Amino acid sequence: MTLPHLLQVAFALISIGLFGLLARRHVIAVLLSIELMFNGVNLAILSVAWAYGGEPRGAVLVLFGIAITVAEVAVGLALFLLARRVRGTVVLDDLSTLSG
Amino acid sequence: MEHLLLTFLLSPFLGAVILFFVPYRAGRLIRWVALLSALPPLGVSLWLLKGYDLGQGGFQFVHSYAVLPSMGLNLVLGVDGISVALLFLTAFIYLTAIFTSWTIDRREKEFFLFMALLVTGVFGVFISLDLFLFFLFYELAVLPMYLLIGIWGSTKEIPGKGPFAWTYEQIRVGVKEYGAMKLTLYLLVGSAFILVALFRVYVESGASLGHATFNFLQLQNASFDPSVARLLFLLFYVGFGVLAGIWPLHTWSPDGHAAAPAAGSMMHAGVLMKLGAYGVLRVGFGLFPGAAHELAWIVGTIAAINILYGALAAGWQRDIKYLIAYSSVSHMGIVMLGMATLTEPGIAGSVFQMVSHGIMTGLLFTIVNLVYHKSHTRDMTEMGGFAHRMPILATFFALAGFTSLGLPGLSGFVAEFLVFLGAWTSAHPWWLIPGVLGAFITAIYVLRAMRWIFLGPENPRYPDLPDARGTEVLSMVILGAILILLGLYPRLLLDAIHTGVVEFLAHLGGA
Amino acid sequence: MMQWALLAIGAPFTAFALIGAFPWIRRTGKGAAGLSIAAISLSLVSALFLLTRYLQHPEPQTLSYVFAPFSTVSPITFGILVDGLAVAMLVVVTVVAWVVQVYSLGYMSEESPSSLGRYYAYHSLFVTSMIGLVLSHNLLQTYVFWELVGACSYLLIGFWFYKPEAARAALKAFWVTRLGDVGFAIGVVLLWAAAGTFTFEGLFSAVEHGTLGGQLLTLGVLGLFVGAMGKSAQFPLHIWLPDAMEGPTPVSALIHAATMVAAGVFLMIRIHPLLAATPEVAFWVLQIGAFTAFLAATMALVERDVKRILAFSTISQLGYMMAAAGAGAHVAAFFHLFTHAFFKALLFLAAGSLIHAMHTNDIFRMGNLWKHMRWTGLYFLVGGLALSGVPPTAGFFSKDEILVGVWQTGEPLAIFFLFATVFLTAFYMFRAFFVVFFGDREAEGHPHESPGVMVGPMGILAILALVAGFFGHGLEGLLSHTLGVSEAAGETAHVPGSLPWIGSLLGLAGIALAYLGYQARTLDTRAVYTRFHPVATVLERRYFVDDLFLALYRYVYNLLSDFLGWFDRYVVDGVVNFLTWGTWQVARAVRTVQSGQVQDTLYAVVLGFLFLAYLAMRF
Repeated sequence: MTLPHLLQVAFALISIGLFGLLARRHVIAVLLSIELMFNGVNLAILSVAWAYGGEPRGAVLVLFGIAITVAEVAVGLALFLLARRVRGTVVLDDLSTLSG
Repeated sequence: MEHLLLTFLLSPFLGAVILFFVPYRAGRLIRWVALLSALPPLGVSLWLLKGYDLGQGGFQFVHSYAVLPSMGLNLVLGVDGISVALLFLTAFIYLTAIFTSWTIDRREKEFFLFMALLVTGVFGVFISLDLFLFFLFYELAVLPMYLLIGIWGSTKEIPGKGPFAWTYEQIRVGVKEYGAMKLTLYLLVGSAFILVALFRVYVESGASLGHATFNFLQLQNASFDPSVARLLFLLFYVGFGVLAGIWPLHTWSPDGHAAAPAAGSMMHAGVLMKLGAYGVLRVGFGLFPGAAHELAWIVGTIAAINILYGALAAGWQRDIKYLIAYSSVSHMGIVMLGMATLTEPGIAGSVFQMVSHGIMTGLLFTIVNLVYHKSHTRDMTEMGGFAHRMPILATFFALAGFTSLGLPGLSGFVAEFLVFLGAWTSAHPWWLIPGVLGAFITAIYVLRAMRWIFLGPENPRYPDLPDARGTEVLSMVILGAILILLGLYPRLLLDAIHTGVVEFLAHLGGA
Repeated sequence: MMQWALLAIGAPFTAFALIGAFPWIRRTGKGAAGLSIAAISLSLVSALFLLTRYLQHPEPQTLSYVFAPFSTVSPITFGILVDGLAVAMLVVVTVVAWVVQVYSLGYMSEESPSSLGRYYAYHSLFVTSMIGLVLSHNLLQTYVFWELVGACSYLLIGFWFYKPEAARAALKAFWVTRLGDVGFAIGVVLLWAAAGTFTFEGLFSAVEHGTLGGQLLTLGVLGLFVGAMGKSAQFPLHIWLPDAMEGPTPVSALIHAATMVAAGVFLMIRIHPLLAATPEVAFWVLQIGAFTAFLAATMALVERDVKRILAFSTISQLGYMMAAAGAGAHVAAFFHLFTHAFFKALLFLAAGSLIHAMHTNDIFRMGNLWKHMRWTGLYFLVGGLALSGVPPTAGFFSKDEILVGVWQTGEPLAIFFLFATVFLTAFYMFRAFFVVFFGDREAEGHPHESPGVMVGPMGILAILALVAGFFGHGLEGLLSHTLGVSEAAGETAHVPGSLPWIGSLLGLAGIALAYLGYQARTLDTRAVYTRFHPVATVLERRYFVDDLFLALYRYVYNLLSDFLGWFDRYVVDGVVNFLTWGTWQVARAVRTVQSGQVQDTLYAVVLGFLFLAYLAMRF
């Protein structure tokens, strides 16, 4: 297993996540896709850190990122719940308040 | 003593900070905090009339506070004779604006907070000797006005006519948001010019002085390439000139003033428009003497247009607020004309007119807003006979009106006549004619307005017209007394102004 | 000596400041009146004191302080100049002002206390300004007080501000005099620029040494004359004075007959060395003065309003003084100003007494009042005789000197105008006299003599109107220092000795004609009127000069200002609004890009990222 292999996996994860982000219509699915992309990024960071002699700062960064993401997801889910209560839907096509 | 000038910045700023923490309901406390924040600057500005050493002249009480020394950014404070006069004006307008707004009944906390911030900016401009902070304060002074007009303003839609009639209804000309937005956008366009010019000055100063700086005192010694100087002079002229209401960039002023609340108009016409004129004088003329001599004819000619155009256009107005606003456009023309003469009486008259016009418009806008609030109309032709019920307002309107038409014994005359003297001895003697004619035309529309509003038989349409009372009268008495005092004894300020102008001219070089 | 001059000006100013600053004093009414009268009494005393002192030591004195400091040009000073001319004028002003203020106690007795207080505050301000004008030692200061008396005139004409005519007349007076003052201001600036000073002394010495001269001097003096035309109601700026009669009658007596309107003449006398150095201007001063004298007298012929008859006569007499000033007969001009102040103020106060009793201004609604108002009638007669120049009243002497002075210039037109006016003056004056006091028509209402507080002060003026003519020599001596030795003295040889007799005969002829027409009725005035109806119409419309100014106001000023106001609102601002509108339209088109779909936005982000990545790899 070398760095390119790991990065290929990370790229694959990000790509799949991006596809889901753009293609899925349900917010939960979109959120999951974002998580997938996030994991891809985390993997990439860790791999690079590992390849450069086990640099610990990479792991710190990723851990910090995961903590933030948890908070984000919590806020995001709260928003979805609110959206569902107010607008009655969480399908993105029906949420277009930002239209110009 | 060297930190004396900080009072001007700290007092209103601390007032704003305290106001932030005062609870909404504490209406009386809010007013007293605002009032207390106005008193220290007033005291210092009065002390400066004596404390400023006339014999020594130049910039005094200069002190530099480091902000970003590595980039040459410092808060440099200092005053010369010209700033002393303008600090006097600002301190009094702030005090009386607070008195005038004493009876305001909506969101008092924010109102006085924004006023305090605005005044911090104004004071900052008049005492900064560092161009970057000068600009910062300038912006600080300009922006709260948007909120003051947008929240506390008054609305009167204007029906569209003429070649662009269809646009009027769509953008709702005359509503307070229109006035607020128009004023802010105009001034920001001006700021864009200033900012560009400012950075160019910074860069150029590096080439000329060896180190890039915003320090005005050092920049005065810098030499600029003539063509660059011309460009920069014009940029500063247009940029600051927008705020001084130069033709044809003046139309924000009537709409803004008409929509603004009393204290807003007082601050704006009374003080903020002077920031523009002061900017042109201090930065434009002060930094680029060569370009000033070359291009003064533009400044003066546009000022001459301002005087006549503003005075004549005022004659068409039937809305009292617009009338006063157009008269301001005309009077700011006198200010600009005075400095364009590049003569001693002319520039002294210009600065004196800044003070005189500030006090006078402050008084006029106070009166006009009171009349509006009591009669609920702004149309002068619907008024008449108000002097029966409002003798105090009528008296002060006559006083302010006489000042604006340049009646001797009141401050306006001193200013205008000095400008006339300067105009004839300048390189363009014909400037005298629009100046004198402007004073005559002002007599026509001001006294006609006096007749429309106050004279004539008692008006049955307005059974209930209470006269001014309490703090309203207090603010009018203060302003009126200054007009008379400056008219009878102009040396109160003229001595200081004279010292400043002499220095200024020495730097500007012979005509 | 200076402290007396300062007292003369300081006392009324203090009275004004007190009444103006403390509303409770104003509301006492009588208290304010008392304060004001006490102040003018002090001024009167100090004026008389100055007069005696000056007669003992006839040396001009000045006092000055810096008003505006300058370095590159000489600083502006304000100050007091006490010389013969100033002292003489000061006496005139204070005497008439004193009489008028006392008289007003009776005339204005129906006013409410606070209104009376306001009246006396204005009066005190006026007296302050007028004394300041008289004692001024430089042109700028003259201009300052000149404008101030104009403002007082505005305030006092519009004193009954609830009367629309009064409000309008006040405006008209201020506007027209202000138009003249445009000329004055320009003149002051020009002379200052040329001579580097405002002081009369400096200007005169500059003219003497030739440093001030040429076109600039001519233009400057012309400007001053335009100012004087406005203030002294000379053609064509005379139109405000008849309308100014809307003010209270004592005001008309003081301001619009005796003092303020004479300021223009006073100025011309004050600057006589400048006028002498510019013969072109002096020529026009003479011509316009003579023409105005004649024109105003003709307009008075058909007037029915007793105050307006007097107003036209004031314009006409000011024309005499102006003509004399233009002819170089400065002593004569001032002498006439001196006597005219007394007898014209007397006439106005008598007219006020009539109006007070009859509540009308129309002479044809009065009649046969001699038996009811003996004193008023007597005073009116004295004033009328003086105005008509019947010996030995004051008017005879002063008018005679003017006729002599103008005769010497040899200008036929001016001489004709002035002699013809003597006849016309006597005629219209006694037309009014006969109609009011002896007309066969019985007066309406209950005519009664005015109270003593009005009749008493008039007596002082009546005595002065009778005897002031004998002060001629004294006045000449008083003025000799200021105006130089009377040039006329040596040249009287050219003047026919019968000149005074021609003048007074013309006056008597006018009186006789008025007697025939309005008393004896041997002449049918109505038939004359119908016969010359077109002429009468022209006179009644005042030669259409008022209409001309009205047209200028309506069709030049108003149209111009309406156009510019409209242009600014709908074109200059229209462009701005159009730009706003245009921005909005563009924004409206562009904003459809924003679908509101999150994923559309994300597509854009991704594409943008890819584009940037491509760029990064390419370069």
